[in-house]
Amino acid sequence: MTHAPNVSQVDPALKSELAKKGIAVMKLQELYNWGRRSSIWPMQFGLACCAIEMIATACARYDIDRFGAGLFRASPRQSDLMIVAGTVTKKMAPQVVRLYNQMPEPKYVITMGACSISGGPFKEGYNVLKGIDRYIPVDVHLPGCPPRPEALLHGLMKLQAKIDHQDIEKTEWYQKGLKREFPIPEFGPNGLLPPYNPEVWQPQKRKEITVPA
Amino acid sequence: MMEHTLISKPDFDTQTLEVSLGPQHPSTHGVFRMNVVLDGETIVKLKPVMGYLHRNHEKLAENMSYLGSMPYTDRLDYICSMTNNFAYALAVEKLAGIEVPERAQYIRIIMAELTRLVNHTLLIGFLLNDLGAFFTPVLYAFREREKILDLFEEVAGSRMMCNYFRFGGVKADLTPDFLPRVKELIQNYPRFLDEFEALLSENEILMARTQKVGVLPKELAVSASITGPMLRASGVPYDIRKVDHYSLYDRFKFRVPIGEHGDVYDRYYIRVLEMRESIKILDQAVKEIPSGDVISKVGAGFAKAPRNFKPKAGEAYGRIEAPKGELGFFVVSDGTNKPYRYHVRAPSFINLTILEDMCLGHKVPDAIIILGSIDIVLGEVDR
Repeated sequence: MTHAPNVSQVDPALKSELAKKGIAVMKLQELYNWGRRSSIWPMQFGLACCAIEMIATACARYDIDRFGAGLFRASPRQSDLMIVAGTVTKKMAPQVVRLYNQMPEPKYVITMGACSISGGPFKEGYNVLKGIDRYIPVDVHLPGCPPRPEALLHGLMKLQAKIDHQDIEKTEWYQKGLKREFPIPEFGPNGLLPPYNPEVWQPQKRKEITVPA
Repeated sequence: MMEHTLISKPDFDTQTLEVSLGPQHPSTHGVFRMNVVLDGETIVKLKPVMGYLHRNHEKLAENMSYLGSMPYTDRLDYICSMTNNFAYALAVEKLAGIEVPERAQYIRIIMAELTRLVNHTLLIGFLLNDLGAFFTPVLYAFREREKILDLFEEVAGSRMMCNYFRFGGVKADLTPDFLPRVKELIQNYPRFLDEFEALLSENEILMARTQKVGVLPKELAVSASITGPMLRASGVPYDIRKVDHYSLYDRFKFRVPIGEHGDVYDRYYIRVLEMRESIKILDQAVKEIPSGDVISKVGAGFAKAPRNFKPKAGEAYGRIEAPKGELGFFVVSDGTNKPYRYHVRAPSFINLTILEDMCLGHKVPDAIIILGSIDIVLGEVDR
């Protein structure tokens, strides 16, 4: 997905001239986005194997704190980013959606690992959700089983690039009448009901095969 | 009459309170939920709720070739993938009667003991996390873990999900760099343990919080079929490496540490001692490792064509002393290339069954560390 870059209208020559004198000139939006992307607080929320790699990323060797995302919050009310790290089963999916609903706007989601993207190696099973993007919008998909800590850092940088390119005048969470309660699935007789949230995800349409007469 | 009731009952309202801890909770180890009934702050009832990570491992394994389940065993107890491989390989080798070359046996033991180091180091880190030493011990633990994972990556190509074992041996020989690096690790690890212990073992807060908390009596531990460090912390000398003599463990000299009180502190300390014994085993294995093949000819043939692997009808149970306890795989063959039945005896799951008995009468923060000291991994509990 590409985003329109936020281009500064100040003359670059003037900007560098002022920078030499210790004056930074920028749009409020740039400052705002710089602040937001430099302090993404993830939720301390691990589901399975990938959670261990997520913790490894937070620890000494990889040190996610360099990107300002090291403060893992235990409560969804205090976090900006949900890293869905691990297999989402049908029993756990309602909880994940509920946690997402509890997060304050603006909120972002990284799916970490093959399981949360598509079900991964457990896709054939009867109890594994085939991708959390059926219920909640996802910003960055991070493949791997599990992805290396470097990959998580890369995913985070991609998310930062996305935040940089957001326009505060047009973002949906400042619009009037924002309603972002995603319906929480329930356990029905044949798996989760509804099977997906049509606002977020829809199954790919099959190509019609025309049989020559 | 009225006075009597006043004496027997306290003069304030004592309703019990039911609290749901989890599945999203900072100190549940994964997606585990405890329904706790509290009287004041004392736990009067505790009901574990599992199944939030049920990934139908056993059913998937019954629908694929024998070797096909090997990578899935990595994801059972995702901190110790090598020992999971080990137990499954043992079970299938028993079923099909495959011999393992001596060098491969040594490599397996080296990997298993390295895995034990990883697991116990991480466990202590997380246990201290639960105690409130938020993230500092984990930083130390993960620093050491990374060094061992580097070794795994060198031989297996993957940090966590190694998928390194094959029936009749291992996937690839050690790299020339590997043994010198293990020797270096053997040199350095005791120093790390000394540092860790200097900070923790006689730490007053740790001792006050863990001693006489969550006591597991010997008899209850045996009758609930608890295994691993949990059982040994209660004072039962039972180590499958000594009892079963699987692989080549009878060639190595090591001692089995035994606890005295069976409380959380013993469970913490026994893991430190076990790591020191693991280093002894590693030291001997690295010195004595012979040269030769790393996989038998039969095994190599089946590794290339896994769907041709059809063990004769029968059943086998292979078990090892995994870092968490007795990890066993029960495989039934009906003569086809898929197992007819495949069952995992997961130590985390069985050790979790006495959680309520240990927690009753304690406070909520004690329940958290008791859970931490059991050492569960939800991938294995729910499978």
